Amino acid sequence: MSYECIVLAKQVVDARNITGEAMTPEGTVNRSALPSIFNPEDLNALEMALRVRNERGGKVTVVTMGPPQATQLLREALYMGADRVILLSDAAFAVSDTLATSYALARALDKLRPFHLVFCGRQAMDGDTAQVGPQVAEKISVPQATYVEELLELGDSTVQVRKDTEDGYEVLRLPLPALLTVTATAATARPYSAKRLMKYKRASSQLELFYSMLAANPSMSRDDAGERAAEEARKLEAKGLLIPTWTPAEIDAAPDRIGRRGSPTQVMKVDWVVLKCDITRNIEPAEDAVRKLVRDLIDKHILS
Amino acid sequence: MTSTSSVDGPQVWVFAEQEEGKLADVSLELLGKARELAGDLGGEAASVLLGHSVEPLAATLFSYGADLVYLVDDETLGVYRTQPYARAICDLVRKHKPEVVLYGASVIGRDLAPRVASELLTGLTADCTDLSIGDYEDKRAEKKYERVLYQIRPAFGGNIIATIVSPDHRPQMATVREGVVRMPEAAAGRDGRLIREKVRLSPDELMVEVIERYREPREVDLKSARIIVAGGMGVGSAKGFELISELAEVLGGAVGASRAAVDAGFITKAHQVGQTGTTVRPVLYIACGISGSVQHRAGMQESANIIAINTDPCAPIFQIAHYAICGDLNVVIPMMIDSYKSRGC
Repeated sequence: MSYECIVLAKQVVDARNITGEAMTPEGTVNRSALPSIFNPEDLNALEMALRVRNERGGKVTVVTMGPPQATQLLREALYMGADRVILLSDAAFAVSDTLATSYALARALDKLRPFHLVFCGRQAMDGDTAQVGPQVAEKISVPQATYVEELLELGDSTVQVRKDTEDGYEVLRLPLPALLTVTATAATARPYSAKRLMKYKRASSQLELFYSMLAANPSMSRDDAGERAAEEARKLEAKGLLIPTWTPAEIDAAPDRIGRRGSPTQVMKVDWVVLKCDITRNIEPAEDAVRKLVRDLIDKHILS
Repeated sequence: MTSTSSVDGPQVWVFAEQEEGKLADVSLELLGKARELAGDLGGEAASVLLGHSVEPLAATLFSYGADLVYLVDDETLGVYRTQPYARAICDLVRKHKPEVVLYGASVIGRDLAPRVASELLTGLTADCTDLSIGDYEDKRAEKKYERVLYQIRPAFGGNIIATIVSPDHRPQMATVREGVVRMPEAAAGRDGRLIREKVRLSPDELMVEVIERYREPREVDLKSARIIVAGGMGVGSAKGFELISELAEVLGGAVGASRAAVDAGFITKAHQVGQTGTTVRPVLYIACGISGSVQHRAGMQESANIIAINTDPCAPIFQIAHYAICGDLNVVIPMMIDSYKSRGC
């Protein structure tokens, strides 16, 4: 049998390189000021899905929810080998917390049924919550295995995986369909295929076309930009290069379950933390000073 | 002992994580926090104990601060599995309506809590570094709330600390890493009310099988170490960590590391100190080549004495260090080793 695989991926700001200018006064990240990347563990998830397809047959569909520029992530997924990619994007999805995000993704998955396996990265590096995977699994009523580091066996109706428990491992057998969240030590992502890169480098979504049209022509009206983008999109579609954009209407999402209204959690405040020690003593990096420090610590019984 | 709860005031719950009849430290730590929060809410601290033949653990939970324990003892709960555990908790929450539910941010807690939050359609904040009770004004909706749970956590690479609230949803839920909350003193003989409950599972919820389980003993015990010598990116390589290990060995301490050093493959994750690793409070913490992100500092700032060695005079680690040595760790550490070895002279 062959396997329908769906990968849920997120474009994240590279959290290792966040500077003060990249934060808005509300404490949200000003995405445009920062490089955005394919969430690292989502790459492992995509690789695992591609291996299933290559070895057993089937299709790999990648879904991401994000702003129009998240189309870039989907292009990268195409370069790696995804068969189909879908952008979930709309102003109504903005500021969704993990619950609202999982609802939207689950609605998209409902539209993509039937599927056998859903793969996600264990967590996104911008929030580190590891919540969306299990929340989606609950919403689509399938079993989950989190922290998966290896797919051991894939049968007609079950999948067997090894789960990293940090202090060891577990082997779990789940009925299909199932959702797996994948760790960084799982399947290492393949490089882009040069052939696919040439083929898909112009692939785009209508939303992305619209915003790049506006950015390139600041004097253009939104209506004109919209028309031009629609025209471009038709051309791309004819060549099989249009990345579909799904809005809440396309996935039949209830307005009160997405965005701010669908998010139980709110950010009350954000603080830049300044941790300070009352007295810091500067010690010269020299023999005498270090010797004196060590003696001090021994005298204070900090060192024995 | 009673089968219905007749409790005054709001309840703060702690999921009592156990494996093979041993309670996780983080659950006991959280009971101390739950007592504090329950005090501020004018309510009670409770613990949810799921498993098979685990009733004796209730006494431990009482001694660490639970006023009551909800026990679901069932063969199907013998080994942790997501769906049966989630079903049990969701049913208990619907019946008893706690104000707050806390989970350890362990592999189990991070698997379970989001599944529960999704079914209950409530908020969940991951990896909190502090929790407290306070008032909240939603300026956008012009609504005021009294005594909600402040869920405090670093975000976005650790550059900020965010306070998260879920004002309109109950229960308010959060996960907390092991070691973040101080372990309360156990009061032997302290008693509470044991409430037995049952779980009804559908065949669908029992389909996942645990075929094999392997647990290795803890490779390093950072939490009980008196002295920790930790290395960061400044150490430069896995080879460079030999010097860190040498100093740790000479001083009789454990080896710690920053997340960056772990991610770079210098050393294993078991050594990681910080918000996503282990939180430590040793008598002496020596940070070598660690710049000191908020996440790292959150995991070690309560150390009684901190020595920071770094070539960058602006490294944030110096702000919390008691002793700041601006210099090359490859020069300074050998000096420390020599000084300590010749201490009798």
